[in-house]
Amino acid sequence: MISAHLPVLQVILPLLSAPLCLLFRRTYPSWLVALIMSWASFAIAAILLGQVLTGEPISYLLGDWAAPWGIEYKVDVLAAFVLLLVSGIGAIIMLFAPGSIAAEIPEDRVYLFYTMYLLTFSGLLGMVITGDVFNLFVFLEISSLSTYVMISLGKSRRAMTAAFRYLVLGTVGATFYVIGVGFLYQMTGTLNMADVADKLPAVTETRTILVALGFLTVGIGLKLGLFPVHLWLPNAYTYAPSVVTAFLAATATKVAVYALLRIYFTVFDVEAIEAYPLDEALLLLGLAAIVSMSAVAIFQTDVKRLLAYSSVAQLGYMIIGISFLTITGLAAGVLHVFNHGLMKAALFMVIACVFLRIKSVKIEDMAGLGKSMPLTMAAFVLAGFSLIGIPLTVGFVSKWYLITASIEQSNWIVAALILFSSLLAVVYFWKVVEIAYFRPRNDGAAPISEAPALMLVPLWILVGANIFFGIHTDLTITSAMAAAQSLMEVGP
Amino acid sequence: MITEVASNIPPGLIFIVGALLIPFIRGNMRSAYMLLLPLLGIWQLTQMDAGTFGTITIFGLETTHVRIDKLSLIFGYIFYVAAALGMIFAWHNKDLVEQASAIVYMGAAIGAIFAGDLITLFVYWELTAVASVFIIWAARTDRAYKAAMRYLIIQILSGVLLAAGAVVRAAENGSVDFGAIGLASPGGVFIILAFGIKCAFPLMHNWVQDAYPEATPTGTVFLSAFTTKLAVYALARGYAGTEELVWIGTVMAVFPIFYAVLENDLRRVLAYTLNNQLGFMVAGIGVGTTLAINGAVAHAFVGILYKALLFMSLGAVIHRVGTAKGSELGGLYKSMPLTTVFCLVGCASISAFPLFCGFITKSMIITAVAKEGYLVSFVLLLFASACVFHYVAIKIPHFAFFGQDSGKLCQEAPINMLLAMGIASFMCIGIGVYPDALFSLLPYPVHYVPYTTSHVVTILQLLAFSALAFAVVQRLGLYPLVQRSTMLDFDFSYRWIGSRAFGWLLSRGAIAWETMRDDMLSMLRNVIKTTIQFHGPDGIMARTAGLGVSAGAVMVLLFVLLVAVMS
Repeated sequence: MISAHLPVLQVILPLLSAPLCLLFRRTYPSWLVALIMSWASFAIAAILLGQVLTGEPISYLLGDWAAPWGIEYKVDVLAAFVLLLVSGIGAIIMLFAPGSIAAEIPEDRVYLFYTMYLLTFSGLLGMVITGDVFNLFVFLEISSLSTYVMISLGKSRRAMTAAFRYLVLGTVGATFYVIGVGFLYQMTGTLNMADVADKLPAVTETRTILVALGFLTVGIGLKLGLFPVHLWLPNAYTYAPSVVTAFLAATATKVAVYALLRIYFTVFDVEAIEAYPLDEALLLLGLAAIVSMSAVAIFQTDVKRLLAYSSVAQLGYMIIGISFLTITGLAAGVLHVFNHGLMKAALFMVIACVFLRIKSVKIEDMAGLGKSMPLTMAAFVLAGFSLIGIPLTVGFVSKWYLITASIEQSNWIVAALILFSSLLAVVYFWKVVEIAYFRPRNDGAAPISEAPALMLVPLWILVGANIFFGIHTDLTITSAMAAAQSLMEVGP
Repeated sequence: MITEVASNIPPGLIFIVGALLIPFIRGNMRSAYMLLLPLLGIWQLTQMDAGTFGTITIFGLETTHVRIDKLSLIFGYIFYVAAALGMIFAWHNKDLVEQASAIVYMGAAIGAIFAGDLITLFVYWELTAVASVFIIWAARTDRAYKAAMRYLIIQILSGVLLAAGAVVRAAENGSVDFGAIGLASPGGVFIILAFGIKCAFPLMHNWVQDAYPEATPTGTVFLSAFTTKLAVYALARGYAGTEELVWIGTVMAVFPIFYAVLENDLRRVLAYTLNNQLGFMVAGIGVGTTLAINGAVAHAFVGILYKALLFMSLGAVIHRVGTAKGSELGGLYKSMPLTTVFCLVGCASISAFPLFCGFITKSMIITAVAKEGYLVSFVLLLFASACVFHYVAIKIPHFAFFGQDSGKLCQEAPINMLLAMGIASFMCIGIGVYPDALFSLLPYPVHYVPYTTSHVVTILQLLAFSALAFAVVQRLGLYPLVQRSTMLDFDFSYRWIGSRAFGWLLSRGAIAWETMRDDMLSMLRNVIKTTIQFHGPDGIMARTAGLGVSAGAVMVLLFVLLVAVMS
C-alpha cells in the first residue's frame, strides 16, 4: 500500500523532518534525523528507479486531484536516475558531514545546517519529481533559499558576500524562470508539463512563446552555472563550508541541468528547439566553458576555487551533449550529470578532509600531504583520474559517449576541443598532485595525521563508485539511454 | 585441470597481479620470486591453443581480452624471455620502485600483445606508459625526473591518439576489433600516429634518446625490449602491407646513423641504433609479403635479444666504472674480459655476421624488400646495414673495451650479469646456427634458406666493403689532421671525420631548426601570455565579478538568445 505513495514520500519526508531539527536545536539529534531521512530517500529512489526501469513511468496525483488541475508527480527513468544521484550523494554526505562540520561551523549553528540541508535536499528532489512547471519553481525557491543560508554558514567572512551575491543572482534566475512560466501559462492556460506540451504546438510560432523560451533558458542557465552567467558559482563554492560545496557541486547544478532537459524536451520538443539556433548557441557556450574555464582553473592557487572552475567546465560537457539534440548526445549529457556528481563530490570531500587537517585549502599548503595523508590523497588521485577521463573510471564512460556523439555528427572540431580540454584538466589536476606528492612538507610544520575513519569510509565509498560504475556500466548506461530515448520521443 | 585454468588466465595478468606480492618479499627471495613469474608465463603460453577468450561487452562494443595466434604468441615468448633475462641481470638491484614498476610494465606490454580489440589494447598501452615512467624515475636524478616527464607526455599523447582512433573506428563500423586497419579511414590515421610515436618514427623518435639513457643500467635493459617492439607488433597486426611504411622504415634505418656517429654517450649511441633496427622491421611490415612479415617479426625477436645484450654489457660497465661516456672509457677488456666477449657477440649479431642471429633475420627483410622491387629502399637498407657495422660494432667495443687505455681498473661484472649476458649470447649464436627453431615460431610457414652461397657472400662483401670504406675514410680523414698535430689519437679523428662530413649539414639544419623553434616558442609564449592575461588569477575570466557585471552578463545572454530565437 505504502509503495503507491513512494513518489510523495520522496519529497515530503525530508521536507517535514527539517522543522524537527529546528526543534531539537542540538547537533547530534539533528544529524541523526538528516542521516535517516537521507538514507530513506535513497532507498525510495532506488526502488523507484527499479520500478520505472522495468515498467511504465509512474504518475502520482497529489491529493487525488486529476492531472491538469492538481499537481502531478511524474517519475520516468530520467527523473528516477537523477533522484538516485541526488539522494545517493545526500546519503553519503550525511555519513561524512559530522567530522567536517564540527571544524567549519560553530557548534551553536550546526543544527541550522542540518535544517537547511534537509530543505535543500527536499527542494532538489521536488524539482526532479514534479510534473508541473510552477511547482518546479516552488521547489526551486525552497532549495535556493536554504542554499543561500548554508553558504553563509561558512567560516570566512566572504561567505556572507558570496551568499548574498548568489542570493541576488539566484533570485534573478528564479524570476526569469517564473516569467517564462507566466508567458507559457498565458498562451496555454495550464501549468502541467504534459498538458503544456499538448497545447504548445498550436502557439509555438508566437512571439510570447519565443520570449518564454529565452527567459526559461537564461533563468535555468543561471542556476546551472552556464558559462557566461556562472559568475556566482566560484565564490559560492569557495567560501561555503566544504561539505556544503561537496553536496551542491554534486547535486544542485545537476538538478538545474535536469530542469533544462525537462523544459526543452518534455514541455517543448526537439523540433521546436531545433527550429531556432538555440542548440548552436548552447554548443558555443559549452565549448567556451570547457576551454576557457579549464584554463582559468589552471591558474588558481586555491583548490576549492580550482575545482569550482573545473565544475563550470564540466557543466560545459553536459551542455555540449544536450546541444547535439541526438540520442547519443543526450545520453552523454545525462551520463555526465550522474558521473560528474560522483567525481566532484569525492573531490570536494577530499578537500574537506584536507581542510580539517591543515586548516587551509591553498595548493601551496598541501605540500607533503601525499605522505602524511596517504588515503585521502590517493582518493584525490583516483577521483582526479575520473575527472580527466582515464579508462576504468566513470569520467571515461561519459567522455567516450560525448566524443562518439560529436563524431556521429562529424563534428571533429568539437571532438578535438573535448580532448584538448581533457589535457587542460590533466594540467590543473597534476599541479595539485605534484605539490602534494613531490614537494616535501616545510621542516618546521606540525605533523599532520590522516583524516578520521568516519570521513574516509564515505569518501572511499564514492571513489569506489567512481570505479565501479566505470567498469560496470550497465545501470548507468541503460538508464541514460532510456532517458535520452524517452526525451527524444516525447511530443508530437 | 591446472592447464585448463592456466589457459584461461590473460597472460599479462600473471605479472600485474604478481607485482602486488613484491612489497611483501625481501632480498634474494624477491628476485627469485620475480624470476619465477616469466618462467610461469612461458609455461602458460605453451599450454595455450589458438583462439580468443575473455569477451566482454563494453558500451555495446564487443571487446576481446585475449587473442592467441602465432603472431601474438611469438611476441609473447620473446617478451617473457626478455623479462627473465632482465631480471637475472637486475638480480642485485633491490629497488622496490624499479622492480615493481618493471613487472607491471612488462605485464602490461604482454597484455597488450594479446589484446584482441582496440579498447583492451588502449588500456594496456597506457599502462605500459605509466609504469615505465616509474622505471625512469627510479634512477632518482633530476635529469631522469625531467626526462621522464617529457617521456610521459609523449606516451600519453600516443594513448590519446589511439583512443581517438578507436572511437572513430567504433563510430564508423561499430566494432573495435583489432585486426588489419589500413590508412583508408581517418581512424586508421589516428591509430598509425599512435603506433608511430611508440615505434619512434622519424621526427617522433626523440623520446627514445631522451629517456632511455637516463634510467638506471638495469632499467634501460627493461625499457629497451618492450615499448618499441610492442609498437612493431601493433603495426604488423594493423598495417601489414601499407606501402608508406616501407619509406618510413627506410628513413628510420638511415637517419639515426649520423647522430650515432657523433654521440659520445654510448648508451645514447645504442638508443639511436634501436631506431635504426626498428627501421628494418617497419620496412618489412610495409612490404607485407609473408616473407617480409616473417622477417620483421623474426628481426623483432632477435632484436630484443641482441639489443638487451648490448645494453646489458654497457650496463655492466656503468655498474663497475660508473660512466658510459666514450671519452672516459677504454681498455676495459683487461679487467672485464667476459663482458667484452659478450659485447662482441652482440655487435656481431647486430651487424649481421653469418652464424649470428642478425644475419638470418636482416637478410630476410632485405631479400623481401628486393623481391617486391623497392630498389631505392633496398640500396638504402644495405647502406644502413653496412653503417651499423661501423658505428656499433667498431665504435662501442673500441671506446669501451679496447682503444686507448683509460687506466680504469675494475672487477669483472657480477655473476648474475654475466649469466644474463651469457644466456643472451648463447641464444644469439644458437639462432644464428640453427635458425629452424626460430622459424617454427614465425606466423607464416618459412621457405627461406638463410645459408645460401649468395646470401653469405653478399653479406660478407658488404661487411668487407664496409671495413674498406672505414679504412679509406680513416685515411682521408687522418690526413688533414696530421698537418695540425701529430699527437692526435684515433678516436679524435674518427669523431672529427664524422663532424666534418655531417657537421656542415647539421649546422645548416640546426640554424634553420633553431630559427623555426624560436619562432614557434615565441608564438607559444605569446599564446600563454594572452591566456594568462585573460585567464590568470587577475584575468577578466577569473575575477570575482560584482553584482552589476554579473547582472549585465545575464542581460546580455538573454538579449543574445532572444535575438537568436526571434530572427
